[in-house]
Amino acid sequence: MMILGLYNYWIVVVLMMIGLYIVIAHGNLVKKTVGLNIFQTSVFIFYISLGKVDGGSAPILAEGVNLYSNPLPHVLILTAIVVSLATTALGLAIVVRIKEAYGSIEEEKIQMEDNKEC
Amino acid sequence: MKDLFAVAMLSGIYGLLSASLFVTMDAVDVAFTEASVGAGISTLLMLTTVAMTGRSENTVRHKPVLALVVVFVTGALLIYGTLDMPYFGDVQAAANLHVAPRYIQDSFQEIGVDNIVTSVLASYRAFDTFGEVVVIFTAGIGVLALLTFTRRPKGDTEINSLNDSMHEQYLIVRIVSKILIPFILLFALYVQFHGDFGPGGGFQAGVIFAAAIILYAMLFGMSVARRVINQSFVQLFAAVGVLTYGSVGVASMLNGGNFLDYDVLSDDPVAGQHLGILLIELGVGIAVATVVIIIFFNFAGRIGFSKREGNKE
Repeated sequence: MMILGLYNYWIVVVLMMIGLYIVIAHGNLVKKTVGLNIFQTSVFIFYISLGKVDGGSAPILAEGVNLYSNPLPHVLILTAIVVSLATTALGLAIVVRIKEAYGSIEEEKIQMEDNKEC
Repeated sequence: MKDLFAVAMLSGIYGLLSASLFVTMDAVDVAFTEASVGAGISTLLMLTTVAMTGRSENTVRHKPVLALVVVFVTGALLIYGTLDMPYFGDVQAAANLHVAPRYIQDSFQEIGVDNIVTSVLASYRAFDTFGEVVVIFTAGIGVLALLTFTRRPKGDTEINSLNDSMHEQYLIVRIVSKILIPFILLFALYVQFHGDFGPGGGFQAGVIFAAAIILYAMLFGMSVARRVINQSFVQLFAAVGVLTYGSVGVASMLNGGNFLDYDVLSDDPVAGQHLGILLIELGVGIAVATVVIIIFFNFAGRIGFSKREGNKE
C-alpha cells in the first residue's frame, strides 16, 4: 500500500519515456512533434497530480466545502497548455517550411540533401 | 504506426483523455483548456500539416535498441527518484503548504472572486500571465513570418472557387454548423465573462471563439472566410489584446500602485480588483483568439501553395 501511493508519478514517468522514445527513435518530424506533445502532457499531469488533495474539491469557493485542491499548479498548467499550443504551431510551421525546402520530412533524407550541398 | 493521419487523430483522442484525467484531479479549468486545445486546435493543426507533408512515414528507425536502453535507464532513475516524493493526495505535501493555503483562505477577502484559479491567474500572478500572453503573441508572429505569402500567386481565386463549389456536397453539415456557430460564439463570451464564478476565463474563451471561426472557414472555404474576416484586422487585434493587458498595468502605476496592482484602479480595492481582472481577461481572450485564427489561416493558406509548388516540380 505504501509504495502504491506513488502510482501517479509512475504514470507520468511512463508517459514521459514514451514521448522521449518517439523523439529519439522516429525520423519523421511530425511524429517527433507528437512525441514532444506527449512529453509535455506528462509534465502537465505531474503538476496537477501534485496539487490534488484527498477529499478536496475543485478550487472554486462554495458554501459547505472546506478542503480544496491546490490552485497554484492549475494556474501554471492552464497557461502552459495554451503556450504549448502556440509552440506546437510554430514547430509545425517549421516542419512545413522544411518540407517545402527539402521535399521531405524524414531526418535521413534531409541529412542526405545537406551532405550533397557540402 | 505508419499512417500519420491516424497518428494525428489518436493524439486528439489522447488530448481528450488527458482532459478527463484533469477533471478527476479537480483541475476543471485546466481540463477545459486541454479539451479545447489538445483535442481541438492542435489536432487540427497536425492534420493540416499532414495534408501538406504527406501521410506515410518512413519505417526505418534510428538505432531503436539504443533508444530503448536510454529510455529504460532514464525511466528507472526517475522512478527511483519518485520514492522520496509525497504520496498522491497528501494534504501535508510540501507543494500544498507554501502559498496555497493563503490563496485559498484570503483570496476571497482580497480579490472577491469565487474561482481561486482566476484570482491567482489574473491578480496574484498577473505578471507571469502577462509573460505568457507575450509568448503566445510572439509565436503568432513567428508563424506569420514563416508561412505568409510574400506575393499571391496568379490563378489563386480560380482554384479557391473550385474548392468552394466542392463544398456544396456537404450541405447538411454546412446548414447545421451555420446554426451552431452563433451559439459557439455566445458560449465563448459566456466563458470569458463567467470566469470569475466558474471554470473559464480568457484563455479558454479565446480558443473557443477561434474554434467557431475556424469551423466556418473549414466549411465555407478559405476565400469566403478571408472575405468575412479581414486578416490585417485580426493581426491588429492580436496586438490590441496584448496592449490592453499591458496598459492595465501602466494604468495602475499611474494611479500610484505597482505594475498590475489593481487595488488602486477604484476607490474600493475589491471593485478595483474586479475591474482589473475583467480587463486583463479581455486582453488575454482577444490575444489568444486572434493568434489562433492567424495560425490557422496561415497553415490552411499554405496547403494550396505547397500543392502548386509540387506540381511545378
